[in-house]
Amino acid sequence: MSPTPFIVLSAILFTIGSLGVLTRRNAIVVFMSVELMLNASNLALVTFSRANGNLEGQIAAFFVMVVAAAEVVVGLAIIMTIFRTRRSASVDDASLLKY
Amino acid sequence: MSAVMSNLALHTAAPVVDAATADGVFSLLWLVIALPALGAAVLLLGGRRTDKWGHWLGVGTVAVSFLLSLVMFFGLVGRDGEDRQVSQHLWTWFTAGSYTVKFDLLYDQLSAVFLLLITGVGGIIHLYSVGYMEHDERRRRFFGYLNLFVASMLTLVLAGDFVGVFLGWEGVGLASYLLIGFWQHKPSAAAAAKKAFVINRVGDIGLSLGSALIFVTFGSTSFAVVSANADKASSGVLTAIGLLLLLAACGKSAQFPLQTWLLDAMEGPTPVSALIHAATMVTAGVYLIVRANFIFSLTEDARTGVVIVGCITLLLGAIIGCAKDDIKKALAGSTMSQIGYMVLAAGLGPAGYALAIFHLLTHGFFKANMFLGAGSVMHGTNDDVNMRHYGALQKAMPVTFATFAIGYLAIIGVPPFAGFWSKDKIIETAFADNFVVGLCALVGAGITAFYMTRLMLMTFVTEKRWEPDVHPHESPRVMTIPLIALAALSALGGFMLLNNWIVDWLSPVVGEHPEEHLGVSPLVMSLIALVVVAIGVAVAWFLVGQRPVPREAPTQVSVVTRAARAELYGDAFNEEVIVKPGYAGIRGLTAFDGSVVDGIVEGTAAAFGGLSNRFRLAQNGFVRSYALAVLSGAALVLLALLAVNFS
Amino acid sequence: MIAFWILAPIMVAAALGLLFARKAVHAALALAVVMISLAVLYAVQDAPFLFAVQIIVYTGAILMLFLFVLMLVGVDASDSIIETIRGQRVASILVGLAFAALLVLGVAQVSFGTVIGLDGANDGGNVPAIAEILFTRYVFAFELTSALLITAALGAMVLAHRERLTPKLTQGDLAAQRMRDYAASGKHPGPLPPPGVFARHNAVDTPALLPDGTAAPGSISRVLAARGTVKSAPEIAEDIKALTGEDSTTTGAANTDAGGQA
Repeated sequence: MSPTPFIVLSAILFTIGSLGVLTRRNAIVVFMSVELMLNASNLALVTFSRANGNLEGQIAAFFVMVVAAAEVVVGLAIIMTIFRTRRSASVDDASLLKY
Repeated sequence: MSAVMSNLALHTAAPVVDAATADGVFSLLWLVIALPALGAAVLLLGGRRTDKWGHWLGVGTVAVSFLLSLVMFFGLVGRDGEDRQVSQHLWTWFTAGSYTVKFDLLYDQLSAVFLLLITGVGGIIHLYSVGYMEHDERRRRFFGYLNLFVASMLTLVLAGDFVGVFLGWEGVGLASYLLIGFWQHKPSAAAAAKKAFVINRVGDIGLSLGSALIFVTFGSTSFAVVSANADKASSGVLTAIGLLLLLAACGKSAQFPLQTWLLDAMEGPTPVSALIHAATMVTAGVYLIVRANFIFSLTEDARTGVVIVGCITLLLGAIIGCAKDDIKKALAGSTMSQIGYMVLAAGLGPAGYALAIFHLLTHGFFKANMFLGAGSVMHGTNDDVNMRHYGALQKAMPVTFATFAIGYLAIIGVPPFAGFWSKDKIIETAFADNFVVGLCALVGAGITAFYMTRLMLMTFVTEKRWEPDVHPHESPRVMTIPLIALAALSALGGFMLLNNWIVDWLSPVVGEHPEEHLGVSPLVMSLIALVVVAIGVAVAWFLVGQRPVPREAPTQVSVVTRAARAELYGDAFNEEVIVKPGYAGIRGLTAFDGSVVDGIVEGTAAAFGGLSNRFRLAQNGFVRSYALAVLSGAALVLLALLAVNFS
Repeated sequence: MIAFWILAPIMVAAALGLLFARKAVHAALALAVVMISLAVLYAVQDAPFLFAVQIIVYTGAILMLFLFVLMLVGVDASDSIIETIRGQRVASILVGLAFAALLVLGVAQVSFGTVIGLDGANDGGNVPAIAEILFTRYVFAFELTSALLITAALGAMVLAHRERLTPKLTQGDLAAQRMRDYAASGKHPGPLPPPGVFARHNAVDTPALLPDGTAAPGSISRVLAARGTVKSAPEIAEDIKALTGEDSTTTGAANTDAGGQA
């Protein structure tokens, strides 16, 4: 199996994830799009690990997963805190850092 | 230019300055300058402590310098005709690349007579000032400035280098400014000092540019190098140098077109007018032309320019002098005219250089004499300068009248007084050169006779028109003794022409005096000149002497009189052509600076501000917009990577 | 390879579903589909450990965490389809397409050479091989990551902590409140009777009997009542008679003889 289809798939998933970040307003859906992007890069890592014949890529993917987990924990906690104080989960409402 | 062609051919090449080193009595040459300089330093820096004896120190330094000059003069007389150039090297002033300027003093026949004139007449005037300025509390400072002037003038005539001349030139300009504006509390005096300085500055451009051109052409500005190589330069360059030096001379000697400052300079105390604006500083221009004879003798065009300037000025000064009621201004017009004669003579080439110097010396005697006499008259009439308030002072101030009369006879050219000999020779030489030039000189002599007679009549002879509280009396001895001394010199100064002595004395410096070919014999020429003078005297006798002199200047006068009163519109011309456009230019520049330059600077700042105002709208606070920017950036990076990788 | 070609369209479709879903829960479920498909692809690519970890950690833990927070934050809230920032949608589509095009273009230019495959690396099994690398070469990173996790957990606790704004009600306070309610509105101060207190049965669907034999209204869950599965007492008695031969409707004296026999 040539790695090219896997990489192309990874690229497509990454792009869709980034579009989700740009387009969706619900903070949690945005976060999920970010997770999608991370997963797409994991796929690429595993593909290249197989292409190069060593497990470095899988180790990297493993670490990505662990760090993603930590990130999700903290990120969701933040979203929840914001929601509690501002009663809104829309990313557009947090727009005080402007001109 | 071609209309005023010289009939005198150039017989020999210009003489080269090739001086021997100063030894024996000449090694004291530097002392001649150092003493007045020291006097100036002590008097100006010493302050009020020197007030009691300051004036005597001032007189003393100049007197000792005179004695030294006399000793050195006789030393020079004792030498051979060819051996009379002495140079004393003081120090090397500066070196810039291949250009070295040494502070060397050159003492030759020309410098010798100037030294005697400056220190002699200067010393006499210093003595006079002791009495004249007795009631002035700043007398000590006056003597400090006078000494500064003498030191600068001596530097000017003793320098062996054009740059050294420039140093002295500027020094006398400074001293003139300080002395004209000596009575600082008078706004007119301050304005006159400023005017003199500024107009002098215009002339100084000529000297500095001329020196620069000399350096560029000859690689050095010392007289020795330039005179040796003068014939190797192109005539165009020599003409340019000559005209630039003429410009400098016009500024310093109050010749047309830079003549408007001289009459205003009469604001200064009378000794200043006598010393600086009659005898010495205003003659510096003539000195420069004669000293640079090695350049002028080789360029006919520059000499033509000099002659034209001389002719115009001698007539200009004479006409102005006819209409002035201020005695000092009348004498100043006379000075302008007489220096015109000197410049005219200098422009005639080797035939005229010595005559110009001769007239310079005699003029120094009789003009200083008349100025000091005018000062004496003012002293006796409570410092009134208006001749319409004088009259019948003959009886009240006999010594002043006698000495003044001798000076008067000298200036109008009555034999055997000094002025006759010098002015006559100039008229002769002018006619030998060109008929028109000679005619100008002759007519000028006539007008001189007219206005000087008018002055004498109004001041001494006509009925008294004194102010109510004026009691004219003779001046103290400290003032009359100098008058007598100068009157004697005015009377006997003609002896310098005995056996053509002055001409022979100066010929090693200025070149051999060529033979003249006059249409008539010199005797007939002199008679014609005397007749013209007599006509001038007679006209003045009838117009001024026989009629009552009004106390107020009449307003219904002819156009010529009005023009003469306005100094032939010299001031008006300067105002319209130079001052007003200058101010307009300045206003334009300020406006330009304010709107364009400041506009650019502030406009750039404002543009940046405006631009940033537009750019900050991109910070809309929405995370998604920022995320879009991040993704766009990532796309650009990707694009760059692909471009680099696959190009 | 077949697995790839089947799963790839599914994954893309699910990803687009995440992008376009109106309700957030639907988006989460679409993401779950993507993640599980990814796990399968890992398995296909000789990464069984990652296959397991993806499902357990990513889909099982992380995605569930998402769902929990969705529940807290507002399951009903749905995104409106109207874009509030001017030009954002167009710009993002353009940039996204450009980005994707560039990526695909870049990848298409690359020739990967022969795929070495993981047969050699996975020689003693994938998990031992990974363990060997992880605990020798990357042990420092591993330890740091564990520290990170601990920090993340602590951080979440701190962030989600709510400060008590009102004082905690003690049991005494609750009892006093109950008395006050009774005095004010006659609300029964005690706990509700459990089912079967006054009855002979303790089934959830049998109402308790009041002293006069009627059913106590508060002893049955209103859900059961709404469903209509509440059994009345006589029905229960018939059921008991059918099962045990006893008659539960008679009094205790009559039953004592029978009860003594039973």
